[in-house]
Amino acid sequence: MKHRVSNTKLHSKIYRGGSESPISKTECIEIGKPNCPALAGQNVATRHAPYKDPMNVIITGVGGQGNVMASRVLAGMLVSAGYVVTIGETFGMSQRGGSVMSHLRISPASVLSPQIPRGSADILVALEPLEALRVLTVYGNPQITVLSNSRSVYPIGVITGELSYPSPDEMNTAFEKLSAVHWMIDATSAAVALGNPVLSNIVMIGALAKTGQLPIDRRAFAREINKNMSADKCTLNLKAFDAGMGMIENIVD
Amino acid sequence: MSKLLSPAGTQVLFMGNEAIARGALEAGLNVAAGYPGTPSSEIIESLAGVARERKLYVEWSTNEKVALEVAAAASFAGLRSMCVMKQNGVNVASDFLLHLTASGTRGGLILVTCEDPGALSSVNEGESRYFARMLEIPLLEPSSFQEAKDLTKWAFELSETIGNVVMLRSVTRMSHASGNVICGKLTTKFRRAKFDYDGPVMDSRTGPVITTPVVAKHALQQGKLKMAGELFEDCPFNSYSGPKHPELLIVTSSACFLYSQEAIRMHNLQKRVGILKLSCTWPLPQKLLKKYLCLTDKIMIVEEVLPFLEENVKVLAAGMLKELGIKTFYGKMDKTLPAVGELNPDLVAAAMAKIMKVRYKSLPAAYTQKLQKVAVLIPVRELTFCPGCPHRASYWNIHNALQLDGREGFVCGDIGCYAMAALFPATGYHTTPTLHSMGSGTGLASGFAKLDVFGMDKPVLAICGDSTFYHAVIPALINAQHNRADITFIVLDNSGTAMTGFQPHPGLTVSAMGESVPSVDIAGICKAIGANVAISDPFDLEGTCKILNSFVAGKGSLNILIMRQICALSPEKKGKKTFDVKVDQALCLGELCGCNRLCTRIFRCPALTWDRTKKKALIDEVICAGCGVCYSICPQKAITKTEVIN
Repeated sequence: MKHRVSNTKLHSKIYRGGSESPISKTECIEIGKPNCPALAGQNVATRHAPYKDPMNVIITGVGGQGNVMASRVLAGMLVSAGYVVTIGETFGMSQRGGSVMSHLRISPASVLSPQIPRGSADILVALEPLEALRVLTVYGNPQITVLSNSRSVYPIGVITGELSYPSPDEMNTAFEKLSAVHWMIDATSAAVALGNPVLSNIVMIGALAKTGQLPIDRRAFAREINKNMSADKCTLNLKAFDAGMGMIENIVD
Repeated sequence: MSKLLSPAGTQVLFMGNEAIARGALEAGLNVAAGYPGTPSSEIIESLAGVARERKLYVEWSTNEKVALEVAAAASFAGLRSMCVMKQNGVNVASDFLLHLTASGTRGGLILVTCEDPGALSSVNEGESRYFARMLEIPLLEPSSFQEAKDLTKWAFELSETIGNVVMLRSVTRMSHASGNVICGKLTTKFRRAKFDYDGPVMDSRTGPVITTPVVAKHALQQGKLKMAGELFEDCPFNSYSGPKHPELLIVTSSACFLYSQEAIRMHNLQKRVGILKLSCTWPLPQKLLKKYLCLTDKIMIVEEVLPFLEENVKVLAAGMLKELGIKTFYGKMDKTLPAVGELNPDLVAAAMAKIMKVRYKSLPAAYTQKLQKVAVLIPVRELTFCPGCPHRASYWNIHNALQLDGREGFVCGDIGCYAMAALFPATGYHTTPTLHSMGSGTGLASGFAKLDVFGMDKPVLAICGDSTFYHAVIPALINAQHNRADITFIVLDNSGTAMTGFQPHPGLTVSAMGESVPSVDIAGICKAIGANVAISDPFDLEGTCKILNSFVAGKGSLNILIMRQICALSPEKKGKKTFDVKVDQALCLGELCGCNRLCTRIFRCPALTWDRTKKKALIDEVICAGCGVCYSICPQKAITKTEVIN
């Protein structure tokens, strides 16, 4: 399942600089080519014209889906690339089947509030589609990019029949109306095919890398997971990352 | 190599808690003790991980009071020590803390309290900043990740300089948030423990460590606090940023500093609003405050949760009224900011907009309308027990026993994941009408059970987890036995401190540092108290119910049932299914069954879902943990389980 808006809308929205200076297509990073600043030692991030300061990313899902792991891996890659990253997250009680959310603020220079102001998310990565909608209604804005797993996890109230879960059509319409660009991918099936549904978080990170919205790529991911994962786990996670990359269509012709 | 030991000069992404741990290591920490509690647990966990390498002693203590005593012993022997807990832990430790602050300390001793404004993972939003004021010790509050590390290091110096405990307070949005931190040098000096006590009674370095003579020692303590206040005047962690003549001065601390900065940026008010960020919040640095309060007549105090800073700033301002003139204060007391829950950039920005008479930049109206239309489609996602959680099965057993008894018995709840039983949606029935502090379920049950003479004849149950049992339940249990309170007490033993991340407790055979230790047997303790003790597996519904039924009906004894089953998220169990569970939809009668959908309305496992097209139950195999309990609850035997050969 893959949804995305027309190319014309994409080109007008997808590469945003600061609101004052619209960026022309040629200044943008090229999809598929590594675009990370040099990684040697203590570097300050190369100022990337195409990226806003800060880039506000929200990763959301249901407790137990690997939200925290996804935000740590993503932030680790960005810190290695020389960015100042602030992550805000909650865990503990909220882990138990509830909605979870990590806020990432990515800036070349500043430490920021670990909570993103309402209506100010730039990128939303959702491990569960209902959670994507929930976050959108608080942090969404007409410029937001949404990347969501299509696999539903039903709240207890829906299972008992007291509440209803929006239909796929309602969800698609909502994503279309509330975001500048959105992708729905079946990350869970890809992860199940690799042997463990929890890998869906890494599938999503691979997909996110492929969208070109952030200065991350496969090489940076491999380096990041190598820091604290065993070799066989690294291989499996790289496979999940690749699966995710493969689920995003090239958005630049 | 552990990230915590990164070489000096490297930049790493640290969680606030890791930054605090690193700061302690840079200060030459020797001993750390604590009791797990969100959002504090990662400090002790990460220190335990490097204990051997850094020659530390790190322990999970049975409770916060004991943890502080362990840390204090190290301080008395001249070592640097740290004690870590969540906000309500300070209440537990407070009796010893009152006396400790009066006797004073020797080696640097930091009491770290990680608090939870908004109760994101707590059943209270208690504050311990007031303890610092009440017990007359210095209070520090870091406001960034780098500062969390640097201020912790500085706190040790401060503690040693004044000879008393220093409280370092963090909040969830600092402890559980992460950011870039540049590491400093790890100290290579190791201290030897030496405890002197033969000197004169008033000699704080060589005399006995006691609180008497009380009045004289109290005067000594107040002198130490005064010294801290003087040091705070030049502390590099207090800072002002903003114009020379701001229209509004924000006085703030901790994560609220980051919210305030963000709010100024949101309104583009950098030229009109200044921020005085205080990292030293008790006692307040008076001269420093005077200097900045002079800048303007409008002052907003931004803090969480109670108006602690606000009260203290106002008292100081009142004392300097002649020099300062009349100020207008905005904060919690005049309701500019909410006095409950956590703050965020939006709340601070809204308050700022009101004071500065600026308009709040909002989203296009058309977009907001679309948002509102979507918002109504979104069902809430209530917290619930995880798939495969032993507590769901345990409460199922308890619920059935109470139903069978028919006298409207109830359970006094306690602190842990099982506290969710007090939230109705977690299970399809309500058994747990009380929920307070750790161990208080048993004390309450002990009291309820004595109300029979006043006409309340109901079975009274109390519940607690294994870690909670050691922490605070034992005195209440002895009380029940001694006063002949006939309660049924249930221990939900899931082999670890599950809620906070599987920290070891005295029932296990491993310590925080990974050493092998003797297990303290819960059943043995209960038997020694004189209770009637049984053990069951909550997944064995039939066997457990049989015991529970007899316990609930019984009179004249303290009955204790230990329900033992490992947490579904524990490292040894996670991701491994015992059974492959399926619904045979040919056998499931759906709504026509007459069971009122016992499986999906009452049992409420997230993996046991409802097939809306076929109107029958359905297992979501991606979510199912394979515990197989639902097999036993279906009256139609439509749920099948096959053992998975691992």
